[in-house]
Parts: sequence; structure tokens; C-alpha cells
Amino acid sequence: MSALELIEVSKVYGHGAGEVQALCAASLRVEPGELVAVMGPSGSGKSTLLTIAGSLERPSHGEVIIDGVALSALSNRQQAALRRRSIGYVFQDFNLLAGLTAAENVSLPLELDGVPARTARVDALSALSRLGLEARADQFPDELSGGERQRVAIARAVVGRRRLVLADEPSGALDSVNGEAVMRLIRQTCQGEVAGVVVTHDAQLASWADRVVFLRDGRVVDQTSPAPGPESLLGANPR
Amino acid sequence: MYTWYTYSVYQLGKVAAMSVRHALLALLSEGPKYGLQLRQEFEERTGEVWPLNVGQVYTTLQRLERDGLIASDDGDEPGPQKSFRLTDTGSTELHDWLRTPPDLSSPPRDELVIKVLVATRVPEADVNEVIQAHRRHVVELMQQWTRVKRDAAADDVNLALVVDAELFRLDAAIRWLDAADSRLRRRPAEPDRPGRSGRQPAEPPVDRTAEVAR
Repeated sequence: MSALELIEVSKVYGHGAGEVQALCAASLRVEPGELVAVMGPSGSGKSTLLTIAGSLERPSHGEVIIDGVALSALSNRQQAALRRRSIGYVFQDFNLLAGLTAAENVSLPLELDGVPARTARVDALSALSRLGLEARADQFPDELSGGERQRVAIARAVVGRRRLVLADEPSGALDSVNGEAVMRLIRQTCQGEVAGVVVTHDAQLASWADRVVFLRDGRVVDQTSPAPGPESLLGANPR
Repeated sequence: MYTWYTYSVYQLGKVAAMSVRHALLALLSEGPKYGLQLRQEFEERTGEVWPLNVGQVYTTLQRLERDGLIASDDGDEPGPQKSFRLTDTGSTELHDWLRTPPDLSSPPRDELVIKVLVATRVPEADVNEVIQAHRRHVVELMQQWTRVKRDAAADDVNLALVVDAELFRLDAAIRWLDAADSRLRRRPAEPDRPGRSGRQPAEPPVDRTAEVAR
């Protein structure tokens, strides 16, 4: 079963002369353990694709299936529950709440979903420790370095039993070495049952993905093929 | 496996980034070494990509000694059992070489640019499709390099530097392709254009392309 499937998804904003077709019969399938990057210029529909994949918006046409569940069959309330339980988001600016500690930021989505505070904290500490942050759990965001804040944001996206991690330009304004660290963590997170989709215009970030899908004018126009091993770079074919 | 020596030698085919001469000076900057040791270290670090003629190492050592860049303990002919060390002149030469700017001033004939320029002139060629084909290929290469970096030991800074250099170079190609794509989409349509896209210039198109290609 795919972790995420978009089938011929279209999204139209406005109507009449002001109508904008943001996505046009876009299809995408992401398997568990896979990290897919969606690349395209601004206005190509990549953020729309991500918000629809994350059930934050409904498509005008087409179907979104997350872990075998068709979103069209769910009520708004059921979709919200699915978002809290199964989907993690990493935003450009990390969106941590300044008044909450690292652990509280990470446990918040679980508590909103009705998980008892004590259990939520255990899960949050486990997620933080996977990212090497167990010692920083009780610090507030302004007591953390930029890199630590990124890791808290990623921990929040993967806490509990999240199966799908969605990231929109996850390195934001970070320099390339820190941007790489974010992608390295997202790459490590997407294994086993967890799948990920990253949208970016940055080829260096996209190249961390198993597969890169190219979006243009709301359509999926191309994608990379599975790459040969690194040995093909040196020796065999020197230019 | 992928050391900076490997990389430098790999690059030799393209830009002659490092000569045997400077590679030997670099090896001797770590301390005095025997001829045999130098040969072995050189081969260890480059052999996979560049099987070196054994004689080339000794010939180069001989020349370096003649030029006063290295010194040996006795007057024997350079060979496996002879020990060499870097002289002050050699050290200066190595450090001067490190600081000498490589020739970045004249851009090499860029096949990618030429192909896209030609695609704008060829009837029936969709230049945006040509651009996408190259974009995909470059991103696939970047994925392979990123995998090298991902699988590397966390403390292998040299390898990360080498991979970064390739990634930035390839990233520049992607940025250029993106800019070209966007420029070509924005240009006004001209009905008398023979192909699906591209515009008819006032000058004969073939001449212009050839001029840039040169």
C-alpha cells in the first residue's frame, strides 16, 4: 500500500475570468520509506500539491489516498484527526511556539489529538532523543540554536506514529551546510513505514530525495530515474 | 576511497588541477619519506583512477631534487630506498601553488549552453523539453553525488568538500537552465518562427550560434 497517492488531482482557484488552475491532473505515488522531492519554479503548483497531499485543502477534481484511506470519503472532522495522527509538517520557518519548551512543542499535536499528557511527553522525548536532543527537551525555543530549533521542528513532524512527513522549503533561509543538515534528518526519518514529500526549488536539497518529480504549470512533467551507485561517478566514466 | 587526491587526479582530465609534481610535494609536506613509500602512497591515493607509470614518480623526484624543491640524504640515484624531504624552496613552491588562482577567466566551451542555443533554432525542437531533459540529467547526477556524501563517514571533511564542489557546479547548471527556461517562455511569440518555439533573429541564426560556440 502506498503511503500517499494523488490521482489526477486538479485544483482551480476562483472562477470565470479570474480562474487560476494551480494543479492540472497531477498524479503522484509515494511508497513507505521513500522520500520524494517535488521541484518546480514559483507558481508551478508545488505548494498547492503539498497542502492537498496534507489534506489542508480539498482538490477540485481527483482523489488523494493516504495509507489506503481516500480523503474524499472522510468528513472534515475525520480529515483533521488523520492530519493530527498520520501527517507531520515541517515549515519553512519551523513555526515553534515560543511559550512552550521543546518537549511541549513536540507533544502538542498528540495532546490535541487526545493523547494523555504523560504519554504524549514520553513520545515527545523519544522523538527528541532520536534527533539527539534529549538534553534540550526542557529548553524554550529562544534558548536553542538555529540547528536545534530545526531538529525540534522535525521531531514534532515525526512524533507518535506519523507515516507521512511533508516539508515546504524546509531549509528556509539557512545556509547550505545547515540546509543539508535538515535534509539529512528528513532523509533519515523517511524509512520503514514513514514516507516523505519535500517541495523545493533548490536542486541541492532535492538531490537528497530518492526520486525528484518536476512540476510545471500544475502538471507533473518529468521525474528522475533510479540512480546508479556512486561508483559510476569516478573511474568508470571520467569526463 | 574518494580522497582529494583521487578527485584532483579525476579532475586532471578536465583542468589539470594537480600535477604529479605538486602531489609529491604535498605528500612530502607531511614529513620525510622514502621513494618507495612515496610511490605507494601516491598509488594508494590515485591508483584507482590513474594507474601511474612507476618511472614517472622517480623521474619527477629527480627533477624536484635538481630544482632544489626537495633534498635527499645521499647522492644516490632516486630509487625506492632513498629518503626525501621538502626544502624551504619546495615548501614555498607548494604554498605559492596553493594560492595561485586557477584559470577561471576564460569559460570553457559549454556544451549545455550550445545545445540550448541550437535548440532555439531547430524547427520541430521544443527548447523547453530539451531544457527539461538536461535538468533531469543534472539532478540525477546531483542525487548520485549526494548519496556519496550521505554514505561518507561523518568526519570525512575532505570528501564533503569534494562533493560540495561538484554539487555547486551542477547546481549552477540547474540555475542557468531554470533562468533559460524562464527567459524563453517570456519572449514574445513570433508567427513566422519556423519551429514550435524560439524566435527568428535579424542576424542569420547559424552564424550567431557558431560565434557564441567559439
